[in-house]
Amino acid sequence: MSWWHRLLRRKQMEEQLNKELRYHLDQHAADLVAQGHDPAEARRLAKLALGGTEQVKEECRDARGTRWLEDLWQDCRYALRLLRQQPGFTVAALVTLALGIGATTVMFTVVNGVLLKPLPYLEPARLVILNEQTKKVTSPIWGNRWAFAYPNYLDCKRASRSLDLAAWRYSGGLVSEHGEAEYVDGFQVSSGLFSVLGVPLLRGRAFLPEEDQRGAGPVMIISYGLWQRLYGGSPAAVGRSLTLDGKPYTVVGITPAGFRLNADEADVFTPLGQDPSPSMQRRDRHPGIAVLARLRSGATLAQAQSELGLIGRQLAAQYPDSNEDRSFAAEPLRPDVGDVGSTLWLLLGAVSLVLLIACVNVASLLLARAVSRERELAMRAALGASRSRLVRQCLAESGVLGLCGGVLGVLFAADGIRPFVAFWPGSLPRAAEVHLDWHVLLFAFAVSLASGLLFGLAPALRAPAHDLEQALRAGARAVAGRSRRLHSGFVVSEIALAVVLLVSAGMLGRALLRLSSLDPGFDSRNVLAARMALSPDVLRNPAQIRAAWQDVLDHARRVPGVLSAAVVDTVPMREGNNPIGYWNTPAIPPADQQPLALATSVTPDYLKVMGIPLLKGRFFDDHDRIGSEHAVVIDDVLAARAFGGQDPVGKYLWLPNTDSPFLSGSAGPDAARVVGVVRHVRYWGLAADDQARVRAQFYYPFAQVPDPLMRRWSELMSIAVRTSIPPLNVVEPMRRELRGATGGAPGDQALYEVRTLGQLVNDSLARQRFLMLLFGIFAGLALLLACVGIYGVLAYVTGQRVPEFGVRMALGARAADVMQLVLRQSLRMILAGVVAGAIGAFVAGRLLVRLVQGVRAVEPLPFALMIAVLIAAALFASFLPARRASRVDPMIALRQE
Amino acid sequence: MAAKSDLPQGTLDLLILKVVALGPVHGYAIAQRLQQVSRHVVQVPQGSLYPALHRLENRGLLAADWKETETGREAKFYRLTRRGRAQLETEAASWQRLTEAVGLILGMAEGGAE
Repeated sequence: MSWWHRLLRRKQMEEQLNKELRYHLDQHAADLVAQGHDPAEARRLAKLALGGTEQVKEECRDARGTRWLEDLWQDCRYALRLLRQQPGFTVAALVTLALGIGATTVMFTVVNGVLLKPLPYLEPARLVILNEQTKKVTSPIWGNRWAFAYPNYLDCKRASRSLDLAAWRYSGGLVSEHGEAEYVDGFQVSSGLFSVLGVPLLRGRAFLPEEDQRGAGPVMIISYGLWQRLYGGSPAAVGRSLTLDGKPYTVVGITPAGFRLNADEADVFTPLGQDPSPSMQRRDRHPGIAVLARLRSGATLAQAQSELGLIGRQLAAQYPDSNEDRSFAAEPLRPDVGDVGSTLWLLLGAVSLVLLIACVNVASLLLARAVSRERELAMRAALGASRSRLVRQCLAESGVLGLCGGVLGVLFAADGIRPFVAFWPGSLPRAAEVHLDWHVLLFAFAVSLASGLLFGLAPALRAPAHDLEQALRAGARAVAGRSRRLHSGFVVSEIALAVVLLVSAGMLGRALLRLSSLDPGFDSRNVLAARMALSPDVLRNPAQIRAAWQDVLDHARRVPGVLSAAVVDTVPMREGNNPIGYWNTPAIPPADQQPLALATSVTPDYLKVMGIPLLKGRFFDDHDRIGSEHAVVIDDVLAARAFGGQDPVGKYLWLPNTDSPFLSGSAGPDAARVVGVVRHVRYWGLAADDQARVRAQFYYPFAQVPDPLMRRWSELMSIAVRTSIPPLNVVEPMRRELRGATGGAPGDQALYEVRTLGQLVNDSLARQRFLMLLFGIFAGLALLLACVGIYGVLAYVTGQRVPEFGVRMALGARAADVMQLVLRQSLRMILAGVVAGAIGAFVAGRLLVRLVQGVRAVEPLPFALMIAVLIAAALFASFLPARRASRVDPMIALRQE
Repeated sequence: MAAKSDLPQGTLDLLILKVVALGPVHGYAIAQRLQQVSRHVVQVPQGSLYPALHRLENRGLLAADWKETETGREAKFYRLTRRGRAQLETEAASWQRLTEAVGLILGMAEGGAE
């Protein structure tokens, strides 16, 4: 019989035990009667011979080996009964715990989903990401890693024995169906991508190798989302024709819902090998593709790396012009979550502090109860319960409390997780992966149990061991002194934890205030920026593209409420930037020593639209066109860096021909005359710009972008308008107006990613604001819990001291003296907590400075302010018990003794 | 009545196994038999008999069935399992060795150890 079997059949076993012993007694008595004893006497003798029946039974039960479980069960039931008897205590403890555990579980769920879960591909540990690698660090932004050139990828794929390679790149375009044009994100993928990832398509098939090359029939895979949107999930969609950028494609497959590459979703997938642009076939000046691979069975990463090194050397020998010193690197594929990790760990840390405070609070509640139950425990000990048995009983109680709190906490977390993710500034990477699963439940279970044991330990260890009779005689009062130190310990640690959170919140608040008062460098009110996809028919011919953009601007200016309009490639504080090298003489240093500046391509009205002040010289006008001298306008940062104190207007900026947007085709660098200086714009966001690696900026005329680059540039351009009315009100009229603004060519075009500059400025502080808000909530919660804790402890301790106060007052102490006594005691605890907390806050502060942009080292003012708030709140919490103590009636108090 | 002696530690289990090895038997009979066979020298403390039986059952050395006795009442009859029999043999052998050794030492001629 296994132990659980024995446990389940406990009742039956009990009966059998009784029956067995009864038989023994009866038989023995019968024998004794046969020997001539009187029946009653025989029974007595038989019982005597057996020893105490109950004792024998106990020993038999012990022999079963399931004793501890039965005890645990009994303890848990007893604990539940006790909790039911004291609803006030139970509710207070459970709410505190549920909040603490719930908040911690929410944070862990997010951390688990975003940071800990493996990628949703087959055997993600065998997937690697490949990059080109140069010997020299050539760019301060990307180091020595580069995106792959398509021919290099093909060569690696052919040559590699240890890796199955696949490639992809971002694309997108206008999908037209039912006469509506819609801009959708897309990926160009190689034929093997889905099989390398181990993701089966929902319907249809992946691309065939023969479809993954130029001249093959146009085929397309669409996302689950687009399938639902366009075809209502009809199975007949596979095989249908869908128009992308004016070209009909045959839909051959549908991806499973939620399929992502590099954490991004897209609606259309086209074969990478069919990309028509000539630059795709180049090994230099290529558009760049992402390459990933799966290790073949038996191959190791090290093998793959050395093999790639070999292939790199062969290609370098074969194509010295482009591939000299160029090799290939393989690294394990990891989820790309940007810098969200630090924020998440920070929040998990903060929320754990709140949970700790909650635990301390419940511990002090339990301790107060344990002290008043001292007598009960002493009685149990006197009746033969061992100390370990009593400790186990106390721990069972707190364990039950912890688990109940945990269950409530998980319910709370299950409700709280969606709003939290939705509330995340921007979009949380891998948000789809964030949900309760068994990892989270296991975590919540462990946390509840651990906190149960944590706050139960102190009271449990107080279970009486010796001095029983003293405890029994004196009752609770005489031993109160012993617990006072523990109680103060609780208060001190609560205050310390609260100080850490409050000071952190204060630092974040201070940083947010400072950052929001910064000038972005442009006037963000009433400006709208939207990306614009020109009609595919327009994009065929550079002259037509120029005409179309002119037409777009003319139409946009005609929209009521629009004051001025401009076309621009990269908008401040939005994704996308174009850092290129520059120098102030034609003798340009090598690429890895060139300073970088952000280049922005604009039309003449850009300054007017953005409200950027012109400091010197002029901005562009319609005379800056192809054929006229290359003109640039620089910001004051670049002016200071490149020309020092000299007047930059009229001087030349030299751009290396690998980077230059003017593409003059000369062997040396392109020269551009500086025609004006404008104010610096906080391009990287209010918080991030100060620490940004590339701060200098210059502008160049869109009209001087040469024909070969026109199509590529047009795919990136946005339109920006300044309005006289709230900018979102012009969105719909502008959409209608721009649909046909194609400069005479047929076709549809669309606006997408519509943002106001106000939103962008606001969003650039979203993380700081979000952290500040959460830390504020946590700090508030911590303050509240700490105050409740102080109140509880003081109320309890002063309650214990009532007779003492009675004596003092009988001997002549006034009410004010007693009050002072209590307040002084509380102040001592508070100050000790503040000192301990200040040390912790200092450490936490350094962490914040490192992890959150814009936060400066601990400043004395917010620090002092937060501590003042805390002391005030804590004193207020101690005031009530103090006043109660001062109103003690000496007569009543003394009679209590 | 002869002088009674306490059982050395651990021997109760061995004795119980031996008695049960003779055939299925209930608790009371085990106590009786131990007393009779040892001519009342071994006084089995009845209070520790049952915990010992339950412990042996728990360890899988004994198995138990409820059967009717000759008086027509149901009693719990213990019998030896295969593991119990093996245990009995090893323990009996080691007991034998021990008592022989002790006997040898006690039987030494005085002054024989020089």
